[in-house]
Amino acid sequence: MAASSSLSSPFVSQKDADVSPFSSIKISQKKVSTKIVSVMAQRKPSATGSVKMGMTMTEKIFSRASEKSQLCPDENVWVNVDVLMTHDVCGPGSIGIFKKEFGNDAKVWDREKVVIIPDHYIFTTDERANRNVDVLRDFSHEQDIKYFYDIKDLSNFKANPDYKGVCHVALAQEGHCRPGEILLGTDSHTCTAGAFGQFATGIGNTDAGFVLGTGKLLLKVPPTIRFVLNGEMPDYLLAKDLILQIIGEISVSGATYKAMEFVGSTIESLTMEERMTVCNMVIEAGGKNGIVPADATTFKYLEDKTSVPYEPVYSDDQARFLAEYVIDVSKLEPLVAKPHSPDNRALARECRDVKIDRVYIGSCTGGKTEDFLAAAKIFLASGEKVKVPTFLVPATQKVWLDIYTLPVPGSGGKTCSQIFEAAGCDTPTSPSCGACLGGPKDTYARINEPQVCVSTTNRNFPGRMGHKDGQIYLASPYTAAASALTGFVTDPRDFLR
Amino acid sequence: MSTAASLANPTTFSSFLSSRLHRQQAPASISTFNVFNSTAQRSFKPLISQSILVPNPTVSCHASVVAQATSDSSPSGSATSFHGACYVVRDNIDTDQIIPAEYLTLVPSKPEEYKKLGSYALIGLPESYETRFVEPGEYQSKYSIIIAGDNFGCGSSREHAPVALGAAGVAAVVAESYARIFFRNSVATGEIYPLESEVRVCDECKTGDVVTIELEKSLLINHTTGKEYTLKPIGDAGPVIEAGGIFAYARKAGMIPA
Repeated sequence: MAASSSLSSPFVSQKDADVSPFSSIKISQKKVSTKIVSVMAQRKPSATGSVKMGMTMTEKIFSRASEKSQLCPDENVWVNVDVLMTHDVCGPGSIGIFKKEFGNDAKVWDREKVVIIPDHYIFTTDERANRNVDVLRDFSHEQDIKYFYDIKDLSNFKANPDYKGVCHVALAQEGHCRPGEILLGTDSHTCTAGAFGQFATGIGNTDAGFVLGTGKLLLKVPPTIRFVLNGEMPDYLLAKDLILQIIGEISVSGATYKAMEFVGSTIESLTMEERMTVCNMVIEAGGKNGIVPADATTFKYLEDKTSVPYEPVYSDDQARFLAEYVIDVSKLEPLVAKPHSPDNRALARECRDVKIDRVYIGSCTGGKTEDFLAAAKIFLASGEKVKVPTFLVPATQKVWLDIYTLPVPGSGGKTCSQIFEAAGCDTPTSPSCGACLGGPKDTYARINEPQVCVSTTNRNFPGRMGHKDGQIYLASPYTAAASALTGFVTDPRDFLR
Repeated sequence: MSTAASLANPTTFSSFLSSRLHRQQAPASISTFNVFNSTAQRSFKPLISQSILVPNPTVSCHASVVAQATSDSSPSGSATSFHGACYVVRDNIDTDQIIPAEYLTLVPSKPEEYKKLGSYALIGLPESYETRFVEPGEYQSKYSIIIAGDNFGCGSSREHAPVALGAAGVAAVVAESYARIFFRNSVATGEIYPLESEVRVCDECKTGDVVTIELEKSLLINHTTGKEYTLKPIGDAGPVIEAGGIFAYARKAGMIPA
């Protein structure tokens, strides 16, 4: 894929990173060739005395967390965990394992480092789902967990002052994401937090049970693939388009076991929420973690959110990368991922004949404040009403509040909610993961018939949002809003120019 | 997952380069030591114990259904081979197909719910898969070995995925490659033995073929077609599997009290 991609796609060129001692391997085209495309020459050792090998920022985080001054990719090390997050789907199972292995009276390793966030199946009458939140509550009380974002009154989310909503957005908003740290969560999209320059990845119940008791985990140091995104972001593109471009390039297994590091002038120009969108879908390429170097944008975001000291790390100039992709963002166009795979990339404008039945704007990927501001921008520019049911699911209470209070630029002081109402969208619903992953049958906006949906979510495998024959087109909030206005998959430039 | 598994040895690495390039560096591909030491005591959880159903009056399904993941065990109960009918799936079988999200309210650490998860294993596969993995009303599958293509288990980190397969009686999976979290969860839980093939066995086997997996010989034998396939060594995950999962491994390593 590497070499062939630089011929077929002028937007992505491959810069061969000089890597030592292990060679840079080009990731080959997914379903076609598996031959090695090129192998890099070994770098000559420096002539000036003993050289400490350069490390990537991910390697440095592992190094610090495992208290080893030097390490290489593929080593397995025990790391100290800074934050463990769990939610209502995997929490009960993790707790069960914790108690079974450490004893019923065991205490978690640090009551301030476990963050428990019910968010998946909340606003449902499913008894087991409701019971699972109770399980989290009982455990949090028993362990005196400092950060438990509880919900009791399901009929009115606002009546629950502690409740936040989608865990990955809540982690960021509550200041639990900090540069240089290790954050593990019982959810695959835990990689979102890599936007803060930390190592963040998803783990299962058993591993989580282990961390609950020890505060440590045995992890393998991943090699890093670097993505250099340069160029001014066109006004019709969003971070979602960037990551869809990359996943489409390297495939759903293109980054398996690897760290994906995002640098470049475009990345630097992104807000924290946009960086979160990029890192969020790293798992869709099989990536172990996504990571963006912390900078002034990061520090500003964290200013009012955390007082815990942190120490950012950065990749050495001599750090060794498995591969490096350079992308000229100014040449990219709005994209979709067609059913049924996140790497089934296509230009939005080439899908304009695809008739759709509904639009879903929400999730950790596309349900943040800026995602709704983006959608509002399109509806405002159009002034028309949506042609299909358009479901709005704010990720957290804070996002919901922003939708109802923040003025949308260029609207003369209107809020997102007013613009959404004027456009005929559904009323923004209670914040949670919602129908991104289908959920219990009574979940709001679940796909229960074989319908076509354009969604700002992260996966479109068969049955993802409910019905096995549902057809999900993953897209940016711009593209989703544009599509809602026409009733077909639509390039947002149709409304932005 | 030994700390010795680093890539500092160029000889090891060049042999990796000369072998078929895989898209993912699963632990199995880059191991510098052979865990398939025939003298090693294998204490991997005997998967057979889940398939042999103790008579349980509350189980209304046919307890003896065919689940026949027979496994040869040493007196200590460890498995050295798996035998049974195989179920073949294609590439990129994601966790939503293995166990759709609506069933995630079931908590794997609760025995009754663990059993229920088995009944929903692979229920998310599209209609193009004509043969159902678990028959309606059953808790276990008649297929004890899954043969898969690339990137098996991609998607979510939900441990319910390997758990559902294990609860349904799956003893082992032979895939061309795995997604990371799924592989890790399989090893950590001990629910299924995740093996990798050298070639695309999913193209050469059909659902219903009777197969045997010989762990010590790293061999997959398809009795129906008469063909044999080499499996890759389990790699870094070997010591964890041999210890009996992450907790047992940690106790052995002294990381947590015994």
